[in-house]
Amino acid sequence: MANTYRFIGNPTRRKDATEIVTGSSRFLNDIKLPDMFYGKVLRSPHPHALIKKVDKRKAQKLPGVKAILAWEDVPDWRGGTPRYTRVLDQKVRYVGDAVALVAATSEEIASEALHLIDVEYELLPAVFEMEEALKPGAPQLYNEFPGNVVTPGVPFFGPKNLKEVVMGDVEKGFEEADVITEGTFGYENMPNPLPPEPPGAIALWEEPNKVTLWVSNQASYMDSIILSHIIGRKVKVRTIGGPCGGSFGSKYMSWQIQCYVALLSKATGKPVKLVFTKEEHLAVFTMRPVSRMKARVGMKKDGTVTAISGRWLIDTGYYSMTTQSQVAVGCGEVQIMVRCPNWDLKPVIVCTNRNASGIVRGFGGQELKCILIPLLSLAMEKVGVDPFEFLKKNFVKPGDGYFWRDGIWYVYRGVDYTNAMDKGAELFGWKDKWKGWLKPTSVDGTKKRGVSVGVHGNADIGEDASEAYVRLHPDGTAMLFSCITEHGTGQRSNVVKMAAEVLQLPMEGVSVAPSDSLINPYEFGPAGSRGTYAIGGAVIAAAEAAKKKLFKLIAPKLQAAPEDLETVDGVIFVKGNPEKRIPWKAMGVDRTITGYGRFEPDYTLSNCMMTFVEVEVDTETGKVTLVRVVNTTDVGQIIDPPGLEGQLNGCLGSGGIDSAIFEETILDYSTGHILNANMVDYKWRTFPELPVIDNVVLETPFPSHRFHAVGVGEVATSPGPVAVLMAVSNAIGVWLHDYPVTPDRVLKALGKIGDMRKGGMR
Amino acid sequence: MAVKTAKPVRKKAIETRGIRLTINGRVYEMEVGSEANQVGPSHTLAHTLRETLGLIGTKVSCDHGACGCCTVLMDEKAVLSCMTLTIECDGKKITTIEGLSDTRAEKLDPLQQAFIDYTAFQCGFCTPGIIMSAKALLNENPSPTEEEVKEGLSGNFCRCISHYHVVKAVMAASEKVR
Repeated sequence: MANTYRFIGNPTRRKDATEIVTGSSRFLNDIKLPDMFYGKVLRSPHPHALIKKVDKRKAQKLPGVKAILAWEDVPDWRGGTPRYTRVLDQKVRYVGDAVALVAATSEEIASEALHLIDVEYELLPAVFEMEEALKPGAPQLYNEFPGNVVTPGVPFFGPKNLKEVVMGDVEKGFEEADVITEGTFGYENMPNPLPPEPPGAIALWEEPNKVTLWVSNQASYMDSIILSHIIGRKVKVRTIGGPCGGSFGSKYMSWQIQCYVALLSKATGKPVKLVFTKEEHLAVFTMRPVSRMKARVGMKKDGTVTAISGRWLIDTGYYSMTTQSQVAVGCGEVQIMVRCPNWDLKPVIVCTNRNASGIVRGFGGQELKCILIPLLSLAMEKVGVDPFEFLKKNFVKPGDGYFWRDGIWYVYRGVDYTNAMDKGAELFGWKDKWKGWLKPTSVDGTKKRGVSVGVHGNADIGEDASEAYVRLHPDGTAMLFSCITEHGTGQRSNVVKMAAEVLQLPMEGVSVAPSDSLINPYEFGPAGSRGTYAIGGAVIAAAEAAKKKLFKLIAPKLQAAPEDLETVDGVIFVKGNPEKRIPWKAMGVDRTITGYGRFEPDYTLSNCMMTFVEVEVDTETGKVTLVRVVNTTDVGQIIDPPGLEGQLNGCLGSGGIDSAIFEETILDYSTGHILNANMVDYKWRTFPELPVIDNVVLETPFPSHRFHAVGVGEVATSPGPVAVLMAVSNAIGVWLHDYPVTPDRVLKALGKIGDMRKGGMR
Repeated sequence: MAVKTAKPVRKKAIETRGIRLTINGRVYEMEVGSEANQVGPSHTLAHTLRETLGLIGTKVSCDHGACGCCTVLMDEKAVLSCMTLTIECDGKKITTIEGLSDTRAEKLDPLQQAFIDYTAFQCGFCTPGIIMSAKALLNENPSPTEEEVKEGLSGNFCRCISHYHVVKAVMAASEKVR
């Protein structure tokens, strides 16, 4: 079907393109305010300790030091779910926990001051392993979390918020199965989303009760809401978002760094900027949760799943802000991936003395699939089912349902993804390459190739509310008020594109307000893949509302009914009689027209991403090379082709596919220190190592909004990691169940090297 | 106590020196010292560009020479400005991302234009560094192969995975220049 839109579906220039390529984009650390001070954080070298004394005297004497704050100097602001984690506490719970905050006239002086603060600690025993943390007598991180079990549930998701997947009768399901497999599987390497721009914030506190924050976040409006809960609603919190140098979920929650600058500004009366170093970014900012599951699945010979039961342990590190949300969404997503009438899947979130986990693309579902699909694969092998056929058969179809994060059952009403999956398989050459479980696709001397496939879908594309205003001006231009920040997906330009399409104005004629919480209406932000349907839905509604008002105002002047009018390039005319026309100026030069739009959450649609991978394993060295990736999806309607392609290519980075090959955060389980908190030792993919990626994108119209589109950007990272694990297993003929498949793991599986234990001990 | 006495001594020893460097065609004479607007002996070129001169187009990500975000040209060669001390740049010619385009004439470098045409960025934070690395590559090798482009950019981190679009953009720009 030919695309009849003027902008939608065509490549258009990003609104911020010139700024980005000329270096004039103002990222957080590029902002300098008059009289600004710089903040630094003194961090704990111990994984678990009580602070007995903080001696600031030496540091206070250093010229240029303006404020030093320890736990006893600050109000009892608390974050976390539930809110039990103090911004500065008398107890430190991981190596890197904040002990004191310093503001000084320069970053150098602030850093120097950190060395002059003397802290006396009383060391406490620490626990780094979640099953150890659950044992009776284990060190306790919080009085509020007995047994180190974090309170389940997310009140924000509603009274029935999803805490587990329990339905049907699993015992009956296992009786009906032809095969039953069981085992324990983990996805425990804690990849870091690692955006290039380190986390940071600037605050200006104005007495008595006003604070303005400049933030680098994908959801700057939500920062104001989150902070007003933490700081207390008597304080007026204004947040100003700007370009965000990558987030991949992580910067959605930046309350701690934002509180640090707010406290330092309150203490000094001046604006304070604090930007983490890359070491802090890797060692104290959030990373992917650790997941492990002991589970059991029942399957029939035709690949029908009859029962799934399991205990899903999630290690959230020293606290949780969003892990319960990730568990809820992960529990919803797993039902979208595999149709099964009988479930007994029970998550347990555990806290341990390491850096906290938080949001990363894949949001719980990637973690769960990475540990469930290997178990399903064992069953598939036993009954001789091909994983492509299995995933295709079991992915949600129109009329199927799932319990979503609010605990409510929704019936899926989107398109059938079978067609997209078949197209992807065809391009990948699945039929030729698939030789059966644990069989290589090809062997060339010591090099063996293997293939596999993964899938992921998320009904978050219509999650949460969005609001927008569109203001029309007599000069034939418009302004969009949406608190959407640009974090790399191009969605800030895409919503302008949608408004321009509705109003039929050139894209240059539609500007967008700064993402300032003071002037814009509610915006949950482009979290997950909600930008296209949810944010787009609000923007489209606002543009349509504004246009409707305009037509109502102008109709008498054209002696026509409002519904008979159309507008192009700032001129209104009568449909079928374009000679009867009048420019927008006719609204009056002393007038603007504002339309308001709102998106109400809708959980009846899910996106889908299927990823095929081909790997080559060098059986001499153990090195795994990703040779080829095919991503396949159906998005209803492409909004911006190069932007979408970029998002899909993003499957490799941000804790995605490469988390199965070489990415890992290495925690020393004896001391609690992260050993590779720098970008040399934390491995990432470089330009010369790019695999071939092909993206298949179908456009079957969705019953979503006016452009029949759904978002898909977030989920690109999620199907790939488990596909790599299975593909490597197929290449070498031995099951591999640990992420990432480093050379030593491959050689160990091949029996070429012996067992290696953590810490080098045997 | 040692802090008190050490400071004036350090200041006195370095106050007399100055350096001269050309940045984006403009000559800068800078005093070496520990006052604001002076170049400190420990200041990196990235720090001087961003904090002293306000040339914020050069981005700092890892600050230890691993990610390439802070890449600038020194005498036409790519260098990591976070690993280069400013006091070592005496007499050097530096080009930053701001020096590639003529903003008054609204004229972009062909590389910058190609990055726009191919949407060769997502979040854009690593883009200035990638463009400067690509510029150095094209200075040395105006007609690189795709493999040479990838090798030339091997020190540049991009987390959104815009690599594929970047390679296309650099190839397109090199063809235009030919």
